[in-house]
Amino acid sequence: MTAGAIMQLALFTPLAGAVAIAVCGRRPNLRETATLVTAVLLFGLVAALVLREELTREPVVLVETLPGLSLALAAEPLGLLFALVASGLWILTSVYSIGYMRGNNESNQTRFYVCFAVSIAATMGVAFAANMFTLFVFYEALTLATYPLVTHKGNEEARQGGRTYLGLLLSTSIGFLLVALIWTWSAAGTLDFTAGGILRGKIDDSLLPWLLALYFFGIGKAALMPFHRWLPAAMVAPTPVSALLHAVAVVKAGVFTILKVTIYIFGIDLLRETDATSAMMWIAAFSLLAASLIALRKNNLKARLAYSTVSQLAYVTLGATLATAMGVMGGALQIAMHAMGKITLFFCAGAIYVATHKTEINDMDGLGRTMPFTYAAFFIAALSIIGLPPLGGSWSKWYLMLGAADAGQQVMIAVLMVSSLLNIAYLIPIPVRGFFFAGSGEPASPGVREAPLACVVPLCLTAAGSVLLFFYADPIYQLLLPITGQ
Amino acid sequence: MISEHLPVLQVVVPLLAGPVCLLLRRPSANWALAASVSWITLAIAVALLVEVRRAGPIIYQLGGWAAPWGIEYRIDHVNAFVLLIVSGVSAVVLLFARASVQREINNRRINIFYTGWLLCLTGLLGMTATGDAFNVFVFLEISSLATYLLISLHPDRRALSAAFHYLVLGTIGATFILIGIALLYMMTGTLNIVDLAAHLPPVAQTRTVAVAFSFLVIGIGIKAAAFPLHMWLPNAYAYAPSAVTALLAGTATKVAVYLLLRFLFSLFGPGLSFEQYLLDKILLPLAAVGIISMSVAAIYQTTAKKLLAYSSVAQIGYMLLGISLASVTGLTATVLHLFNHALIKSALFMAMGCVVYRIGTTQLASMAGLARCMPWTMAAFVAGGLSLIGVPLTVGFISKWYLILAALERGWMWLAALVVITSLLAVAYVWRVVEVAYFRHRESCAEVAEAPLSLLVPTWLMIAANYYFGVDASLTTGVAGRAAELLFGAAP
Repeated sequence: MTAGAIMQLALFTPLAGAVAIAVCGRRPNLRETATLVTAVLLFGLVAALVLREELTREPVVLVETLPGLSLALAAEPLGLLFALVASGLWILTSVYSIGYMRGNNESNQTRFYVCFAVSIAATMGVAFAANMFTLFVFYEALTLATYPLVTHKGNEEARQGGRTYLGLLLSTSIGFLLVALIWTWSAAGTLDFTAGGILRGKIDDSLLPWLLALYFFGIGKAALMPFHRWLPAAMVAPTPVSALLHAVAVVKAGVFTILKVTIYIFGIDLLRETDATSAMMWIAAFSLLAASLIALRKNNLKARLAYSTVSQLAYVTLGATLATAMGVMGGALQIAMHAMGKITLFFCAGAIYVATHKTEINDMDGLGRTMPFTYAAFFIAALSIIGLPPLGGSWSKWYLMLGAADAGQQVMIAVLMVSSLLNIAYLIPIPVRGFFFAGSGEPASPGVREAPLACVVPLCLTAAGSVLLFFYADPIYQLLLPITGQ
Repeated sequence: MISEHLPVLQVVVPLLAGPVCLLLRRPSANWALAASVSWITLAIAVALLVEVRRAGPIIYQLGGWAAPWGIEYRIDHVNAFVLLIVSGVSAVVLLFARASVQREINNRRINIFYTGWLLCLTGLLGMTATGDAFNVFVFLEISSLATYLLISLHPDRRALSAAFHYLVLGTIGATFILIGIALLYMMTGTLNIVDLAAHLPPVAQTRTVAVAFSFLVIGIGIKAAAFPLHMWLPNAYAYAPSAVTALLAGTATKVAVYLLLRFLFSLFGPGLSFEQYLLDKILLPLAAVGIISMSVAAIYQTTAKKLLAYSSVAQIGYMLLGISLASVTGLTATVLHLFNHALIKSALFMAMGCVVYRIGTTQLASMAGLARCMPWTMAAFVAGGLSLIGVPLTVGFISKWYLILAALERGWMWLAALVVITSLLAVAYVWRVVEVAYFRHRESCAEVAEAPLSLLVPTWLMIAANYYFGVDASLTTGVAGRAAELLFGAAP
C-alpha cells in the first residue's frame, strides 16, 4: 500500500468507526467494541506509516477547490509524530472513557463516542495536511466536532463553557488565521508546506512580524494569552474529553500548527535573519509564566491542570519563536512529552472524581493512601511535566534550553528555569497532600479503594510511558531530525 | 434548429406557460406545469452556459431584426451564469413549493400563485438575457408586478402592507430606471446596450448623462436593496409565503446586482463609472456601513425570517464591496457571491419554510428546543448557517476568500479586517437561532413532527449544492473570473 493510501485510510477509519458506533448505539458493549477496534486499527495504520523506510514527499490531492488550492495530504515527520501520539493515546482514552462514562452513568454516551471518533478523524486531517488550507479546514472541523463533547453535560455551566469555547476558537481562526492565510496566498501564490518556507522574498521584512502575529494569535488552539480563556472554559467537559482533546488532540493541534507555520511557511532561517519573532517570543514567555501563576491559585484540580496546559503550550510557542534548530526540536518533542504527562494527570483527576466525586484540591488530603496507584501515576507525570529526569519531559526542556542558548536569549533561559520552579510549586503539593496529609473529617478509610480498573490501568500505562519516553527518546529525535533542516 | 433559438426560448417558455397555468384549475396541475417549465428553463440555461463557455458570446436577434433597431439578446459569461442561478433556484424551490404552498395559500388562488411565479421567472430571466435597455425595463416591470402579487397572496394581513410598501418603493425604482434609460436614449438615439456604449463617449461629459447615471444607479439600487435603499426588503421577505421568500432571496436582488454590473461596466464602462463619477468612492463606505449595520440589526431580530432578511441586505453589501474595489478580483468576488449567496439564502429560507410548515411561524420564542422535534430541518439550518458564515468547504468561504484577496490586492488591510469581523457578526446571528433551537427547553414534541420529505429533500438538495460548490469551486470561479474579465474589458 502506498503512503497516500494509508493516509486516506487513516482519515477514513475513524469516520467509518463513527458510523459503526452510531449504528450500534443501542448495544453498549458492541458500541464500545467498535470504538476500540477503530482505535487499534487507526494506531496500526499510523504506525505502519511511521515504520516505512522512505516517505513519499508527493502530496496526495483529494480535491482541488480552487486552482492551486487543494485539499491534500502528505506524510511529514512532525505530522507523523502528532498522528502517532494522538492515535496511540486514543486507544488508552477509549478504555478509560468506558470506565469513566459507565462509572458515572453519563447520558448520551453514543453521541459522545461518535463525536470523539469524528474529532480524531479531524486530528488526523490536521496531522497529515499537505498545505495550510487543508490544515485550516480540519482545524475548523476539529473545533466543531469537539463542541458537543465540551457541552456534553448540557447544563447551564456547560453551555456557558461551550459558548466561550466556540466563540474564542472560531473568532480567532476566522478573524486572524484566515486573514493570515489569504495574505500568504496573495503574496506567495501557494500555501503548500515547503521545507525552508514559502515567504522568502515574497513579503516585506517589516510586515513579517505582523503576519506572524496574525498566525500565532489566529491559532487559538495554541492558547497563547490573551486568547487562552477557552481552555479553562472547556474543562466543564467530561474528563476523558479533557484528557484526550485538551491535553492531546485540540491543544496539540494548535501548537502543531504553530510549528508547521514556523518551519514550513516562514522557515526558521528567514525568521532568524529578520528577527521577526521577538515580539511573539516575549508574549509566549509572558503566557508561560502568567499561566503558571494563575495555576498556583486554582483550587479546582481540573482548572489547575488547564492553566498548567496553557503554560506548557507556551513552551512550544516559545520554542518556535526561538527560530533555532534546537528550539524547534524542543517544541516538537514537547508535543509528545507533554501529551503523555498531561493525559496521565487528567486521567488521575478523572479517576479521583469517579472514586470520590471530589474536584477541589483541598478536599483531597490523604487520598493517596486509598488510591495509591492513581497518586503514584500522578506523581510520576507531574515530575515529567516539571522536566526532571528520568522522565520524558526532561528532553523537551533540555532542547528548549539549548535552543535558547543557541539563539543567545539568556533571559529566556531564566524564564524556563523560573517556570520549572513554578511547575513544582503548583503540581507537587497535590501528591504531597495526598500521601502525607491526614484526611479531613472522615476517619482514615481502610484499605485501597481505587476507581474502576478501566480507569486505573490506562493511567498507569501512560505514567509508565513517560518513563519509557526518557529512555527511548532517540527514535523520536531521529524521526524529527529532518524538520530542523540538518 | 431549436438550439439556435435557446436564448429566446429561455424567456418565452415561462412567459407562455404563465397564462396556461391560469386556466388550469387543479392545484396539482398548476404545480406540475410550473415545475416542469422551470426545469426546462434550467436545462436551457445549462445548455446556454455550456455553449458560451465553448464558443463565446451568443447574439440572438429577435424576429431577425438587426440591432440597434430590433431587440437583441446577448448571452455572455456574465448573464449565462446569472440565468443559471435564477433558473436553478427557481427549479429547486418549486420542488419545495408544492407542499409549502398548499399549506400557506388559499386553495382557490393557487393557479394565480403559480401564474405569478412563472411571470416573475419570465421577468427575471428576460432582464438578464436581453441586450436592450428598454427591454430591461419591460421585464423589470413584469417581474416586479408578479412579485407584488406573490407576496400579497400570503393570508397574513401584514403581507399586504409589506407588498404595498414594496410596490411603492419598487415603482419609484422602476421609474428612476426608466428616466435614466430615457435620458440616455435622448442623448444617443439608441437603446441597445452595446450600441449605447459605442455612442456614449462623445456625450459622456454632458450633465444629462451624469443625471442618467445617477437615476440608473439609484433605481437599480432600490431593486437590489442596496443599503440605504433596502427599506422594503425585510418586511417583504418576512411576510411573503415561504417558497416566495426562498425564490426572491435567491434571484430578485441577484438580478438587480447583475443589472448594476451591466450598466456600470458594459454601458458606461469602468472609466466613466469610477474615474469620472467616482462611484467606487461612494459605494465603498455605503457598502461597509451597510454590512456592519445590517449584520448588527440581524442580531437583534426576534423572527428568524427577518433575521435572515437583514442578513441578506448585509450580504448584498459584500457584492457592492466587490464592485467598489474596481478590480478584476473584486468583480470576481461579486459575481461569485451572486451565485454563492443565492445558494446559501434559498437553502436557509427553505429550512425556515419547513419550520413554518410545522409551527406556522419563525418567531424565535416559538422555536425553542425545535431541534429535538425537527432534527433534519435544524441540521439543514446549521449547515446553511455555516455556509453563510463562510466556513471552509462551503460556498460562503469561496466568496470571502476572493473578497479578502481583492482587498489585500489593493493593500487595504482594514477592508480585509472588516470582512472577517462581519463574518463574526454572522456567527452571532446564526448562533442566535441555533441556541434557541438546540439549547432552549421544549415541553414536548407531541404536536410538532419533522417536516415531510417533499420539503426536506429540496432543502437538502440546496444544502448539498452549498457544499459541492464549496469543495470544488473550479466551475464557479472559472466562470466568475471570466465574467469579471469580460466586464472589466481586460479580455478580448
